[in-house]
Formats: sequence, C-alpha cells, structure tokens
Amino acid sequence: MASGIRDKVAILGMGCSKFGERWNDGPEALMVEAFQECIADAGIDKKQIQAAWLATCFDEVGVGKSALPASMTLRLSNIAVTRVENFCASGTEAFRGAVYAVASGAYDIALAIGVEKLKDIGYGGLPEFGSTMGLLNSLWFANMTAPGGFAMLASGYAAKYGLDMQLVKKAMAHVSVKSHANGVLNPKAHLRKAVTEEQVLAAPMIAYPLGLFDCCGVSDGSACAIVTTPEIAKSLGKKNIISVKALQLSLSNGTEIAYDWDGAHFVTTSKASTEAYKEAGIKDPRKEISMMEVHDCFSITELVTMEDLHISERGKAPEDILNGFYDRDGKVPCQVDGGLKCFGHPIGASGLRMLYEMYLQLQGKAGDRQIKNPRFGLTHNLGGFPMMNVCSIAIVGNYGD
Amino acid sequence: MAGIVSYGGYIPRYRLNRMLIVQNMAWYFPVIMAVAQGEKAVANWDEDAVSMAVAAAYDCMSGKDRKKLDGVYLASTTLPFDDRLNAGVIAAALNIPEAGAMNADFASCLKSCTTAAVSALDAINAEKANNVLVVASDQRRTKMATMLEMFYGDGAAALLFGKDNVIAEFKGSYSVSCDFVDHYRGSGKEFDYTWEERWMRDEGYGKIIPQAIAGFLKKTGMAITDFAKVIYPCYFTGTHRDIAKKLGIDPSRVQDNMHAICGDTGTAHPFVMLAAALEDAKPGDKLLVASFGQGCDVLAFEVTDKIKSFKGPKGIKASLANKVDLNNYQKFTKFRDLIVADLGIRGEATINTSLTTLWRHRKMIFGLVGGKCKKCGTPHFPPSIICVNPDCGAVNEFEDYEFVGKQGKILMFTGDMLAASVDPPAVYGLVGFDGGGRTLLDFTDCDLNQVKVGMQVKLSFRKRCTDKTRGFTGYFWKAIPQIEGGK
Repeated sequence: MASGIRDKVAILGMGCSKFGERWNDGPEALMVEAFQECIADAGIDKKQIQAAWLATCFDEVGVGKSALPASMTLRLSNIAVTRVENFCASGTEAFRGAVYAVASGAYDIALAIGVEKLKDIGYGGLPEFGSTMGLLNSLWFANMTAPGGFAMLASGYAAKYGLDMQLVKKAMAHVSVKSHANGVLNPKAHLRKAVTEEQVLAAPMIAYPLGLFDCCGVSDGSACAIVTTPEIAKSLGKKNIISVKALQLSLSNGTEIAYDWDGAHFVTTSKASTEAYKEAGIKDPRKEISMMEVHDCFSITELVTMEDLHISERGKAPEDILNGFYDRDGKVPCQVDGGLKCFGHPIGASGLRMLYEMYLQLQGKAGDRQIKNPRFGLTHNLGGFPMMNVCSIAIVGNYGD
Repeated sequence: MAGIVSYGGYIPRYRLNRMLIVQNMAWYFPVIMAVAQGEKAVANWDEDAVSMAVAAAYDCMSGKDRKKLDGVYLASTTLPFDDRLNAGVIAAALNIPEAGAMNADFASCLKSCTTAAVSALDAINAEKANNVLVVASDQRRTKMATMLEMFYGDGAAALLFGKDNVIAEFKGSYSVSCDFVDHYRGSGKEFDYTWEERWMRDEGYGKIIPQAIAGFLKKTGMAITDFAKVIYPCYFTGTHRDIAKKLGIDPSRVQDNMHAICGDTGTAHPFVMLAAALEDAKPGDKLLVASFGQGCDVLAFEVTDKIKSFKGPKGIKASLANKVDLNNYQKFTKFRDLIVADLGIRGEATINTSLTTLWRHRKMIFGLVGGKCKKCGTPHFPPSIICVNPDCGAVNEFEDYEFVGKQGKILMFTGDMLAASVDPPAVYGLVGFDGGGRTLLDFTDCDLNQVKVGMQVKLSFRKRCTDKTRGFTGYFWKAIPQIEGGK
C-alpha cells in the first residue's frame, strides 16, 4: 500500500529569477540567475547535487531539445539530468522527478529547474504550435489559441449555472484586479501595476468573453528547487524545514472532449485536488489551506479552479471571488505573489515559481506580501485546454505539521 | 430509360450587391454600372470549387444511397489541383466505396458539365454503370472593377444519373465543338482574359447556342415549342433574350439566367439553372438544356410522374433563400486574396500536410467518419482504438460511424481575435451530437454575436488550409450554427 509523499522530502533551497521581458538575457542567463540564488539558499556545493530535472515546454524557440542545456549551462558534474515536458505542468513535473528520486532513496540531493524564453519569437502570446501539435491533429484541430481554448469555458460555465455573462465578466475582472494588487508588492513580478475593475472590463476583446486583462502576461523566467530528505536537511543545519505534503498529477483521457462533460469544470483538477488533500491529510481545504498559487493563465481558469479545488462550492466561485475570499486579506489568499497574471507564464518555470512563493511565505520571508502564520500552501498547474489537459497539484508545509 | 434521378444545388450564403462594387470601383471603370442589377453569390473565404461541389453533392444525395454510386464526375475550371483527381476528394467526402468506382474530372471548359453528363448517361446506357453523380462547381477569381467581377457568381449543382426512379428521362443530345475562344485562362494564370464583348456576345453565345439547338432539333425531329423550359447560360441579358427570339422560344419558356440573384456560376451554371427548372417542373414537361464553351452541348429531358413524390434535396431555391448580405467590398476582396491585409505573424506558419497521415485518416478527415463501439454503442470522433466510455473500454471493437447529417448542438464556444484568420474572430467550439459523440470544430458562416450555447449546428465541408509554398489545399468539416433555436 503506497503511503504517499507526505513529509518524505524537504526543500533545501529555492531560487527564482526576475520574471519579465528579459530582452538582454537568454535562457542560460535566466537559469544561472535562479540557480545561484537556489544553491546559496541550500548552502551546499554544486557537486553535492546527484541528479537533476529540467522543465521546458517550447524547446523549439527556447533551449532546444534534451536536458543538455541545463547540464551544460550549470556545469553540473556529469550527473543524470532529465528533461521533462508536460505542457504547463512541466515545472511541477521537474519538481516531481527530483522529489520522487529522493523519496525512493536513489539520491540524497536532487535539483529541479524550469526555464522558458518566450520573448524571442516576435509576437505576443505563446508560440504557434504549428506541426508540433502532431501531424494528424494539424489536419483537423480547430484554429484554437490558448485564450480561445479557455474562453470557451466561460460560455460553458455561464450556460451551466444560468449566469449572465456580465456577472461572470465582473467576477473574472476581480480575479485580475486582485492579482495585480498583489503583483505590485513583488519585486520579481513582471507586471507591477494595479488595475481597476473598470479598466479590466473596458479592455479590448482577445477571445470572447476574455479581454486583455483576463489573460496572463507573457514573460521570460526561470525558477528552481533543491530537495533532499528531512534528515539530511537537518544534518545540514536547516531549521524550520519545509516539506512536501502532496504531489499529484491528473490527465484527461478523452472523456471531456469526446464523451461526456458539462464544459464548466476541470475533471483533472477535481481529481488531483481530492487525491492531494488525502495525501497531505487535509480534511477541509476551505479551512485548512492557508494560501494558494493556482494556474491563472486566464481569469476564467482561476475562477473555475476554485470549485475544482473544492474550496468554493459548485456555481459559487463568482460569489466567493466578489466577496474577497481569495484576496490577500481574505480567508484563502490566492496568487499572493501576483500569479501568472503578473509573473507571466514562462511555462517550464511557472510551477517552480509558485512553489517558491509558498516556500518564502512558510519561512516568513515574503516581505510586504507576508501572510500571517501560513500552514499549508497549495500550487496548481493546468496545461493544455479545458477539454483535454494536464493538471498538477503540490502542497507544501512545515515538516512534521 | 436513363435519366436524372436526383438534383441538388449549393449557392454560397454571402451575396454581394452589385451597387456596392459600383460604389467602390466605378471611379476606376464606370462601365460596370451598366450591369449593376441585383446581387451575386460569393463564396466564403473557406470555400472553393471542391467544397461547394461537396455541398451540392450531399444535397443531391440526400435520401439516396451513396454506397451505390459507381462514380463521381466533377466539372469545373477552378479546380485546386492540376494533378490529383479533384473528384476523388468529393468521393472521399461522400464516403463512397473506393473499389469499383470510376471518378473523373471534366475540366478546362465551361461546357464540361454537360459533357460529363453525356458521358455519365452513355456509361449508364451502355450498362457500364448504374449510378453516376455529376457535380459542377466554379469559384472564379476576377480582377477588381471588371465586367467579369460584375457577372461572375459562385455556386455548384449536382445531378444524379441512373435508371431507377428517374424524375427526368434523357431524350437525347447533340454537340457542336469548335475552338471558339471568347475568353481563356492560361495555365498558371489567376484571372480570365477576355476578347471584346461584341465578339463574345454576337459571334459566341449569340451564334453557337442557336446553331447547336437547331442542330439538336434537326437531329431528333423535335420542335422548340415542345419544350416547357429552355435552359442556357449567357450573362449578357440582352443576348440571352435575343437567342430566344432567334430560336422562336416564348419568353415565358426561357429559364432566367439568374444574373440578378446569383450571377453566372461558370461551369456550374447550366446545372444550377436546370436544377432550378426541375424544382418548378411538372410531369410531362420537356426541358432543353444547353451549355457554352468551345462549342455547345444540348441535352433534352422529359419530366416523369416521379417528380410528384420527389423530395429530399433542398435545391437551388432554398440555397438562394439562405443568404446574408456581404455589405463590405473590402471583405470580399480579402476573401479572394485581391488585397494584401496582414494576417499577422501567427499566420506565417504553414504546415506541410503529411500525405501518409492523410491517406491513413482519409475517412476521418474527408468523410467525417468516426467509430461506433460495437459493445456499448458510443460514437467516437475522432475514431478510437479503445472505447472512451469509462464503463466500457472495449479494444478494437469499432464500426464506421458517419457524423455528416447528424444533428449537433453547441456545448461551448468562443470568438478568437488572436488566432490567425481571414475573417476574424475565429469562431469555434465544442459540438455534441444527438445520439452521442462530441468534438471540437471550427465554425463558419456565422456571426459571433448570434452564436449561443445550445444552438443547433449543421456540418459543412470547407477548405482548411492553403499551403501556398507547396500548392496544397486541405479540407475538413466545420460547423454552421443555425441561428434559430439557441438558448
């Protein structure tokens, strides 16, 4: 009987680059920036890292294929390095690889690093998939972009709960207003400017009903983590050890797009969160989760995710959002660091960037954004499209709690 | 006796009022004002001769067994492929059996539609085929501010020929073939090149059509007064009238050239006019149809009693009634790629269509054929290997399942301004089908403001990609929201 990952692995150190339009820095410089902070924080020598995982999604426009870009850039010690890609869950996948490697006993210390250089393509948004979507898909798949794919969810959600689109738009606007307010306080965020609900609602349409401010930024960035066992962390003199409480992944199997689905929720998130709470020993997430970094690629994604994390009741996320439940001073602060909304979404880095904020918060190092006495921090990624996606969830907290 | 078993038509939904062309372009060439009556049918940006032909073919075959077709003949001067059987794409879209079928393109001449019809009837009368579908379609590009821009419309029509349940018996044909050139389009050229109008009118239409019809009457011993309707193309309305006068045809028995309601649809036009005539025909009516292009074919038909109980196709009238005014001349010129408007950097990527992948999945891509699980009955699109029903999971237990013709409903949708599109926003969504199965489809022929969750959709075969680098045109099915009935 599997016993889960709870408290088997500790985070020894983390690092995160400044996110943004890093015109003058390539993915190599971003990786080094995150790694240097991380290794200093871990307090170990690079040679002590025994295995590493690199997450990057659009290798065609970024670092290229394989894990060599991480191994060579960071001058690792001819150790095992693996490249992982699982859409927007890529960063968390790298973390999962490193955590499981340590938990298995195969390695004492492992590194997870994610990077994405999106601003080298000459246009806004994510790169076009082109033929990389698969040769058969390219013959028939809808002319879909990321915002359009998620925008559909708003139409499905409004229809399911009989809501006026104006109300959904207002709740989505609050999602973005709240994240921008948080981003102002974060020196590493890309967008650090507060916005008003009026501004959000008046923004040009990107994909009905999503306007410009319903979409997250597009940035370059890198983030990384070094993990080990709690015992080794202790032996290295670490106090207030932050440990992994849950690590879950759930993928669509085609049911949503081809069989049966209400078009108003994420099947995968609903399952992954249930499993994650079980793994972490959390009974009532609405009361026990102290803070979250969820995948707000688009405001509607965050809105619907609140229900699939079983924190808002079905159909009630707009109400909770508009009541400030997820604001920084609310009951379950969400996107405390500004979220993808303000950090942008360098895909390979995002999952690790979210964990970085939870790690800072749990150690009381989040500066102006610090939340009082957080216990459990949840991170969530959602890659692909609402009707076919990859969902990852991590929960971290104080070791032994 | 061989004859017409069914007919079908397709006139694209957009109409361009000719006064709009005048308003935009008469400053450049005022003569266009002389023929600015009414409107012309304009194919959407994602339509071409092949996609319109598929629509007409499906209309013609509604209520008929497509599996019994021995061949599909396609007549057009605007085929997307010079070397690759274009009729083969239509046959694949109709999902007809490959073994035993003989499909053919009839091209390079506006009268190739009637030549294809005679060939089909010859094959049937020679007992070499039982059922042959002949489709004619054209979507001719014209330069801005030209008479051709005023005259030409887009459209397609189809005739099913056979021996059983004939609604119009074939009564004979006669042809004149001569290398008379009033216009031509050299290989690789985009636009027709015409000689002076008087030449086209007086020595072309005005002489050759009467000569061929007179020849037909002489050969068969029939009289022109035997015919309830005489059908022949000629976009010069005065010349069209004069031909009737010359042949002694009562003006009430001349089929309208449709200039004011759809324009001249080229190779399709004799079929479009014949289909329109069949919609009004009574048992015993004799119809004479002639074409024009390097000569003239004349065919005679006699309508049978079967026309009374004939139903199924929507035909030309319904297609003409389903219209939306394209009240933007620039949009028309962009649809035809006559003006350079930036598609954006996202539009630059061209995918090299994998011919092996296309072959393996031709039923899925062209015929929209999915799979139905033999164990639990769940329809799948795309076809699967393992059943998607979580309570079933059968492996390799599928039979073909055609989605074309199934009622679909919009489950979720968007209008995407970021996606590269000739006609933004790109509208698409998830469509669920009555009887099971659902998939993501691009939408077309719709206005985002009118699309709603719960709205019914119809399926339409459309151009999906135009790979200009390699000269490849790809096709797939799109959904057309049916504006009435959404919640």
